[in-house]
Amino acid sequence: MSSRRRTVGWAVAGLLIVTYTLVPVAWIVSLSFKKGDDIDNKSFLPKHWTWDNYRQVFDTDLFTSALRNSIGISLISTVLSVTLATVAAYAIARLEFKGRKFVLTTALAIAMFPTVALVGPLFDMWRSIGLYDTWLGLIIPYMSFTLPLAIWTLSAFFRQIPWELEQAAQVDGATPWQAFRKVIVPLAAPGVFTAAILTFFFAWNDFVFGISLTATDAARPVPAALAFFTGASFFQQPTAAISAAAVVVTIPVIVLVLIFQRKIVAGLTSGAVKG
Amino acid sequence: MAVRSDTIRARDEQRLGWYLVAPAFLVMLAVTAYPVGRAIWLSLFRNRITDPGGTEFVGLDNYKVVLTDSLWWTDVGTTVIVTVVTVVVELVLGFALASVMHRVVLGRRTVRTAILIPYGIVTVVAAFAWLYAFSLSSGFVNSWLGLEDKAWFGDRWSALFVIILSEIWKTTPFMSLLLLAGLAQVPEELQEAARVDGATWWQRLWRVTLPNMKPAIMVALLFRTLDAYRIFDSIFIMTGGAEKTESVSFLAYRQVIVRTELGLGSAVSMLLFATVVLIAFVFVKVFGTDLSRVRGE
Repeated sequence: MSSRRRTVGWAVAGLLIVTYTLVPVAWIVSLSFKKGDDIDNKSFLPKHWTWDNYRQVFDTDLFTSALRNSIGISLISTVLSVTLATVAAYAIARLEFKGRKFVLTTALAIAMFPTVALVGPLFDMWRSIGLYDTWLGLIIPYMSFTLPLAIWTLSAFFRQIPWELEQAAQVDGATPWQAFRKVIVPLAAPGVFTAAILTFFFAWNDFVFGISLTATDAARPVPAALAFFTGASFFQQPTAAISAAAVVVTIPVIVLVLIFQRKIVAGLTSGAVKG
Repeated sequence: MAVRSDTIRARDEQRLGWYLVAPAFLVMLAVTAYPVGRAIWLSLFRNRITDPGGTEFVGLDNYKVVLTDSLWWTDVGTTVIVTVVTVVVELVLGFALASVMHRVVLGRRTVRTAILIPYGIVTVVAAFAWLYAFSLSSGFVNSWLGLEDKAWFGDRWSALFVIILSEIWKTTPFMSLLLLAGLAQVPEELQEAARVDGATWWQRLWRVTLPNMKPAIMVALLFRTLDAYRIFDSIFIMTGGAEKTESVSFLAYRQVIVRTELGLGSAVSMLLFATVVLIAFVFVKVFGTDLSRVRGE
C-alpha cells in the first residue's frame, strides 16, 4: 500500500470516528428544531424548522433557574477545587514530606468511589445542618470528587516544570515575586487551566447529587431538572422542550472542547498513565 | 550545626507540605470518610426518615434482608452484565479509535476534537438522545431498520441493549484517549524491527503493541470498570429501572431517597462500596503482577 493511499485510508477512518461522535448530537439538535407533529415524524430531520422550543424553555422558570444553578455551582466548585488542588499539587510535586504517597493514594481511592453510596448519609447530614437544597450542599461534594482528578493532573504537570528557572530569574535580579509571576505562573497556567476544564465537566455533568440533594429550584442543576421535565403537564411536548434544553447545556461543552482540545487530551492522559 | 539545620529544614518542609495539602485532603475526606462511617452505622438500624421514633438497632439484619432478596441479585446481575459488555466492547472499539487517532495525519485535529464531544457531553443528555432515537413515537431507528413498532424499552434485553449502547458511545472516547497515551509509548523502532523481520500486522499487534501497552490498558480497564459498575444516570433516564434494568446504584438511590429507608439503603450502599473495593483490589493485584512481568522482560 502506497503511503498516499495509506494517508487517505486513515483519513476515511477518521471521518468514521467524527460521524460516530456527531450523529447522536445532530439527532438531539434536529429534535430540538422540530415543530408540533414533526416530533413524531420518525425521520431524522424536521420537516419544518422552528425556534419555538428554545423560546419555550427560556420562558420556563424551571429551566432558567436550573441553568443559573448549574452555571453558578459548577463555576464556584471549579474555582475552589482547582485552587485547593493547585496548592496541594505544588506541595506534592516540589516538597519532600512523608505522606505524599498517602495523599495521592487517598485521592485515587476517592476518585473510584461509588458516589451513590454516599448519597444516603449526605442526604441525612445535609438535612440536619441545613445544607440540603442549597448551592453549598452541591459545591462541597463536587469539590471532594473533583479534587482527586485535579490533584493528579496538576502534580503530574508540576513535576515537569523546570523550577530552576525561578532561581535563574532571581540570580538575574528579579525579586522572588517577579520570578514567580513572570516565570512560574506562565509555565503552570496551562496545567491549572486543564484541571479547571476537567473539573468543570464533572460538575456540569453530575446527576446523582443533583437529584438527591436538592428539592426545589433553589439549587437543582440542569441534568436533574431535565429528568423532572418528563411528563410535566405544562409542556405539550416534553420531548422537544427537553431536546432544546439538552442542546443548550451541550453548547458550553462543545465550546470548551473546540477551544481547548489539546489541553483536555493532555490532561486526561497525563495523570492516568504517568501517575 | 549543619546537620542540625538540615533536620530543621526537613522538618519545616514536612510541616509546610502538610499545611499545603491539608485543605484539599480535608475536603476530600469530609464528604467521603465521615459519611462512609455514618452509612456503616446507619446500616445497623431499622431507620425510616418518615418514622423518627421507630429507629431500632437490628445488627446485621439489614444485610441479611438485602442479600436474601432476589431483587438484589437481579440488580447485581444487571449491573455485572452492563459492566462486562460495555468494558469489553469499549476496549476493542477504544483500541480501534486510538489506533486511528495515532496514525491519522489528514484531519488529525478534527478527529481529536470530535472524540471529546461524547466525553464532555452530559450523561443525561446522551441518555435522552438515545432514548428518543429508539423511542416508539419520536425515534428514527425503527423506521431506519424497518422495524415497524419494536418497543425497545418494553423488554429487559432490548432495553439493556440501548442503555449499553448509550454508555459505550459516551465513554469509549475516554478509554481511547487513555489507550492512545499508551500507544504513544510503544517504541516505533520495535514496530519497525518486527516489520523488517517479516511479522504480520496481527503478530505485531499481539507481540509488540499490546505487551508494551499493558500498563495503560490495565489503568484504562480499571477506571472504566469501576465507572461502569456504578451506572445510574442512563438507567434513570431511559427506563427508570423498569423491566429488570435496575442497577445496584439505582437500588441504593431508590431505598434511601425515594423510600427513605436509611437503614436498608445504607446496607445496599455499603454492599455496593464493598464490591467496588473488591474490584479495585483484584485489579491492583492483577495490575501489580503484570507490572513486575513487564519490568522483568
